[in-house]
Amino acid sequence: MSGAVLSQAFWLVCDPYVLWVILASAVFGLFVGAVPGLTATMATALLVPVTFFMPPVPAIASIVTATAMAIFAGDIPSCLLRMPGTPASAAYTDEAYAMTKKGQGELALGSGLWFSILGGLFGTAVLIAAAPSLAEIALKFSSFEYFWLVVLGLASAVFLALGNPLKGVVSLLFGLLVASEGLDNPAGFPRFTFGIAELAGGLTLIPIMIGMFAVSEILRSVARIDEPWEMAQAKIGNVMHGMWGLTKRYPMQLLRGSAVGTAIGALPGAGADIAAWMSYAISKRFSREPEKFGTGHIEGIIEAGASNNSALAGAWIPALVFGIPGDSITAIVIGVLYIKGLNPGPTIFMNNAPAIYAVFMVFILANLLMLPLGLAAIRAAKQMLRAPREVLLPVILLFCIVGSFAINNSIFGVVLMLAFGLVGYVMEENGFPIAPAILGMVLGAMLEENFISSMIKADGSLLAFFERPIAGALGVLTLAVFSVPLIRRTMAIPRRRRQK
Amino acid sequence: MPGQKFGPAWFPGLVAGGLGICGVLLIAGGLRERSPWAEVPEWIRSARARAGIAALVGGLLFYVLAADALGFDITGVALLALWMRLLGASWRVTLPVALIATLLIHFAFYKLLRVPLPWGVLETLAF
Repeated sequence: MSGAVLSQAFWLVCDPYVLWVILASAVFGLFVGAVPGLTATMATALLVPVTFFMPPVPAIASIVTATAMAIFAGDIPSCLLRMPGTPASAAYTDEAYAMTKKGQGELALGSGLWFSILGGLFGTAVLIAAAPSLAEIALKFSSFEYFWLVVLGLASAVFLALGNPLKGVVSLLFGLLVASEGLDNPAGFPRFTFGIAELAGGLTLIPIMIGMFAVSEILRSVARIDEPWEMAQAKIGNVMHGMWGLTKRYPMQLLRGSAVGTAIGALPGAGADIAAWMSYAISKRFSREPEKFGTGHIEGIIEAGASNNSALAGAWIPALVFGIPGDSITAIVIGVLYIKGLNPGPTIFMNNAPAIYAVFMVFILANLLMLPLGLAAIRAAKQMLRAPREVLLPVILLFCIVGSFAINNSIFGVVLMLAFGLVGYVMEENGFPIAPAILGMVLGAMLEENFISSMIKADGSLLAFFERPIAGALGVLTLAVFSVPLIRRTMAIPRRRRQK
Repeated sequence: MPGQKFGPAWFPGLVAGGLGICGVLLIAGGLRERSPWAEVPEWIRSARARAGIAALVGGLLFYVLAADALGFDITGVALLALWMRLLGASWRVTLPVALIATLLIHFAFYKLLRVPLPWGVLETLAF
């Protein structure tokens, strides 16, 4: 990385238009994150149609900023309503609410903000350090290595997720089946098109994601419209009070949470929500006072709160270097990268260095901006949480319609959105996780291509998949992921906790 | 496909086989735990939720069928008004929000982002 590239990147970020986009996305992200039922992934899916018409750097910057803000803001309703604003806060919602009930709501909100920032900066540092060096190794990868990477991603989506792994597999296979639709396969042969012209090009992913992440979430909120939101009384003064003390008291928790979060994020397929669950469990397991967990104890909130924000940056590592999403947010981002001509892959650091370093700078900027904007959001929390759902949900749905339409300027996008919205809703209600399906759709073509070309190279011999050293190691790692459900059982992480 | 060992049917075939196996395992698991064949979701008991869900799905279908003929603005205002009223908003809130939100979205996407939203019967007003 040269100084010229860095200064080019710096000026890309300093463009007033980019800064304005970052600010607007930050406010949007804070709002979406703070309102239960609207998630960070949904924010990303809703942003895509808008970013469609922006230059690459502001387009990516808006997603980076909005998601970072949303994952933090998810902590706000955890403290005040006992409802996670995004699934990434679900792991410690009860803990945070218990703190509010004890009169420590200020402390819970403050550490949510402060340790989100520190975790986010940690993840960003790892992203900046690891991605370019990983890319150099990745230049030597052949179809065997890529095949294993894809399988590793799909396996972690299934086996790291909470819930029944069998249902995760079904969800994943469904995604792969959707991905095999259309002409875009190694043989160039039209599959499952039923003679319909719209189906020949394959299914467009963005309307599908708007359906599965936004429409299904709206349906769920409408189904629960009769449940009142009861706000806990909390005096909110100077929430940053005592943060320095906590940082000095729990440095290990902060570091461990950030490291685990970044690693889980970087592992393809698993994202911020799983990182938070894991970190909360680890925190309790190694705590000197595990009996206090669940009664309104700050330790787990610090570790898991840092963890979910660091996972966000970690997820970009495989997304940028291999084009394999680290979580469901980057699954959407990869599509945006292709549209913007920033094709992910090991060569991205050579071909698009200024743009990528600009994105890294946006990561840092977003986490720094979180301090003033997050404080403002905490102050405005009561007003935000009073936003009437009966007005909000219809307007978001109309926005979804236009967004799905805008990708191809075709009404078929709206059809796809509706169909997959219903599928996503029914799946979630019956315990089938959505993330594996999305990952299957994003990675299906890559999996098939690398599998078929590896099989042709090896003339059908499966042993060839283990013969190259890195491929062999990746293969073994993938098989190791299969044992995670067992480890989880011994660590007693709940198998299934639905977001309420 | 002739002459090719791994043709276009290979991969979907593999996936379908996997789905079949998972299906059998899930059914076996369900039988073992004696879970009920079907369950009624809880929201079915709430009139407001029932109406809301039906209106959401029906409204989206209506948009797909009618937007080209009626245009985005008329369909949008009608749907927003229907949804908000059924979810419990008052007319005083519903009317201005439906109008302003539709026009705002139309303006943002049509003017700023250049998405050709259909004008329908309002074609003569197109700007």
